Amino acid sequence: MSTEEELQSNVSVASSSPTSNCISRNTLGGLKEHNYLGLSDCSSVGSSTLSPLAEDDKATISLKATELTLGLPGSQSPARDTELNLLSPAKLDEKPFFPLLPSKDEICSSSQKNNASGNKRGFSDTMDQFAEAKSSVYTEKNWMFPEAAATQSLTKKDVPQNIPKGQSSTTNNSSSPPAAKAQIVGWPPVRSYRKNTLATTCKNSDEVDGRPGFGALFVKVSMDGAPYLRKVDLRSYTNYGELSSALEKMFTTFTLGQCGSNGAAGKDMLSETKLKDLLNGKDYVLTYEDKDGDWMLVGDVPWEMFIDVCKKLKIMKGCDAIGLAAAPRAMEKSKMRA
Amino acid sequence: MNYFPDEVIEHVFDFVTSHKDRNAISLVCKSWYKIERYSRQKVFIGNCYAINPERLLRRFPCLKSLTLKGKPHFADFNLVPHEWGGFVLPWIEALARSRVGLEELRLKRMVVTDESLELLSRSFVNFKSLVLVSCEGFTTDGLASIAANCRHLRDLDLQENEIDDHRGQWLSCFPDTCTTLVTLNFACLEGETNLVALERLVARSPNLKSLKLNRAVPLDALARLMVCAPQIVDLGVGSYENDPDSESYMKLKAAVKKCTSLRSLSGFLEAAPHCLSAFHPICHNLTSLNLSYAAEIHGSHLIKLIQHCKKLQRLWILDSIGDKGLEVVASTCKELQELRVFPSDLLGGGNTAVTEEGLVAISAGCPKLHSILYFCQQMTNAALVTVAKNCPNFIRFRLCILEPNKPDHVTSQPLDEGFGAIVKACKSLRRLSLSGLLTDQVFLYIGMYANQLEMLSIAFAGDTDKGMLYVLNGCKKMKKLEIRDSPFGDTALLADVSKYETMRSLWMSSCEVTLSGCKKLAQKAPWLNVEIINENDNNRMEENGHEGRQKVDKLYLYRTVVGTRMDAPPFVWIL
Repeated sequence: MSTEEELQSNVSVASSSPTSNCISRNTLGGLKEHNYLGLSDCSSVGSSTLSPLAEDDKATISLKATELTLGLPGSQSPARDTELNLLSPAKLDEKPFFPLLPSKDEICSSSQKNNASGNKRGFSDTMDQFAEAKSSVYTEKNWMFPEAAATQSLTKKDVPQNIPKGQSSTTNNSSSPPAAKAQIVGWPPVRSYRKNTLATTCKNSDEVDGRPGFGALFVKVSMDGAPYLRKVDLRSYTNYGELSSALEKMFTTFTLGQCGSNGAAGKDMLSETKLKDLLNGKDYVLTYEDKDGDWMLVGDVPWEMFIDVCKKLKIMKGCDAIGLAAAPRAMEKSKMRA
Repeated sequence: MNYFPDEVIEHVFDFVTSHKDRNAISLVCKSWYKIERYSRQKVFIGNCYAINPERLLRRFPCLKSLTLKGKPHFADFNLVPHEWGGFVLPWIEALARSRVGLEELRLKRMVVTDESLELLSRSFVNFKSLVLVSCEGFTTDGLASIAANCRHLRDLDLQENEIDDHRGQWLSCFPDTCTTLVTLNFACLEGETNLVALERLVARSPNLKSLKLNRAVPLDALARLMVCAPQIVDLGVGSYENDPDSESYMKLKAAVKKCTSLRSLSGFLEAAPHCLSAFHPICHNLTSLNLSYAAEIHGSHLIKLIQHCKKLQRLWILDSIGDKGLEVVASTCKELQELRVFPSDLLGGGNTAVTEEGLVAISAGCPKLHSILYFCQQMTNAALVTVAKNCPNFIRFRLCILEPNKPDHVTSQPLDEGFGAIVKACKSLRRLSLSGLLTDQVFLYIGMYANQLEMLSIAFAGDTDKGMLYVLNGCKKMKKLEIRDSPFGDTALLADVSKYETMRSLWMSSCEVTLSGCKKLAQKAPWLNVEIINENDNNRMEENGHEGRQKVDKLYLYRTVVGTRMDAPPFVWIL
């Protein structure tokens, strides 16, 4: 029976002409949603979801077979003598998708060096592998675009190619966690010298100085009493308000900790407003180190100027901040610079 | 056959410089072979393992210039382990022993050690020119010996090498008597540079035409250097200070204006974009511009600069220029012959990038375009068809769509037709790199039309062995075929073994070839070195049972007249 289906699948995806492309797409078109959702549903359920699949068009099933057999070339029989094997054999194997569980296991063991348990690795994982197979530019989001992605996935050329090949390319790396946008070794084909040089350039510009223009502008944010620093991208905010709420969110945990130890109101009573008070009011002030190395109070100069000069941020305790540059001096500085 | 004495024929041969032509001459008859080999001064060896130094010297005893290439091309992308091979030391040792009058050595993708550089510097009195491209294994100590010992050094050209910078004083190792420098390129050095030594060196080198500085040479030093060398033709700027004070900037501007011979500009590894305007006065003379490392120059600054460069023939930039920027290039640079657009964001995230529109604009605006390397996010068949119509003169066409297997983003079709149009129209196409969603069909087109194709790079493409067979059968001039992650297997590999004798090399990684297939090939073709590179699981291949059907991770085969190489590391099996 499985052979039959195999043949069926061969036939349905046999020709390489554009018209049959369309045809195969169309026949599967109506089913594509089902395919997509059905398979992801069965990721954790296992064989019980097979029955709806089995009732479907054989073409669908065989297509699923191709989708599911993610086994690396090495795991499948490489026999390729028949003309019917238009798709690479790794995809059409006898063991296909009945039952889902064992084949998933097989897929797992062959497709990832660090094995995950068969049950866990359902379609969502295979989808992730697909994402892995693609370049890192490709994100999970792309999958969700119904027309393009689904069509893409079901065009017979696409399906067999993407998954196994993607896998086979990752033989010596990217056994990374499924959800990560893993990079394929040697892709994109850019010399490592070039990659390293560009990386160094970007790193230097981040650390030394922000420049007007594109790209992120990351600065370190430290907070008195916090065990580690954070980094924020100043360009992702357009005004002080946004920056301060982002910082509040970031440093919530530390503030909460402080509150608790001080015997103040517990977590339940803390609201956003209280936090704001904590940060903006007496307890904490937001300061920054400018290009000259001076520590200034945040908020005095226009935002655009601020992101131009700000090198580091620090959330200081109010008492420590006494003596910091107050408004007049800040404005004076900014006038000099202008 | 010979109506003239040998000396006359030799004199005629002196005018024939291309390697291909000289190789052809040597095949005409025995006496021409003999005359040619004694008069050949420049030898090019595309694969250092195809021949050995002894045989080289036996045939060309008067050689003065040697070019050697080591690792396969995909080594650039980390697909070849570091210890694979490509050592230059045996070559230099043999050349030194033979006392040949070596004057020039050009190496690409080879392993060069300080020891070899030292030996090189001491063995050849007239040594003039060292060009190292994408090499590794040496430090600035090796450079110091070159500087110190090569009395007549003319060119020291280090392009994109991995050099261990000991922050030594290699620049001060050039003796005061050294005044012959024409090319000095150390842009790839990461460490500090002795600016004083550098300035003095430049000042005493009146013939210096090409100067490419590394990151550590700041703006004010640059200005001083340019004042010392107003005759400069090719300049690689190291770093620009973040906020140069107006005095430094003015000095630079003045210095630039004096460099009226400047034709080629590159570098800008760290650059404040607004400083680019210092170079505007000479832009109208520029024929070559390489801003592909200038990650910090964006959009409008790039465009402002390019708008002045009406004579540009070669442009290398980052895709941050965007389609709009490319349109500016297309309308400004009518002399453009070579364009490379590199990806700026390699970590994924795809901010400003270029699309098929930029490519079409360039093809429409630049009629002389013959070489392109284009990294982009998306492509369509329609665009490629248009490009083929606009530019039938492509010699090199390398398209890299960043996402593997991506189809035509409008029609969702494979890109077979687009690439087909390119190979059909571009009858002189010698190099092609494919990407995107591709079926066997594209290879049928390539086999049918790409008659002059010498190098083909395939990744994530094709469906069956037929694809590879189309290429092997159709492309008579194929020299280098490199394939990764494509479903080609033993059938294609073994179909025509004699084909590989006409090719320099074949690379196949993450394909469907098996160990037994490779073994069969090695048996049938003893004049081939069939190398299996197996970094992981060293012993897996040896296990019995499935041994034969085990897929081979990386296969690299090449013709050779000297048999198996002796310097292969343990993870390389030569069958």
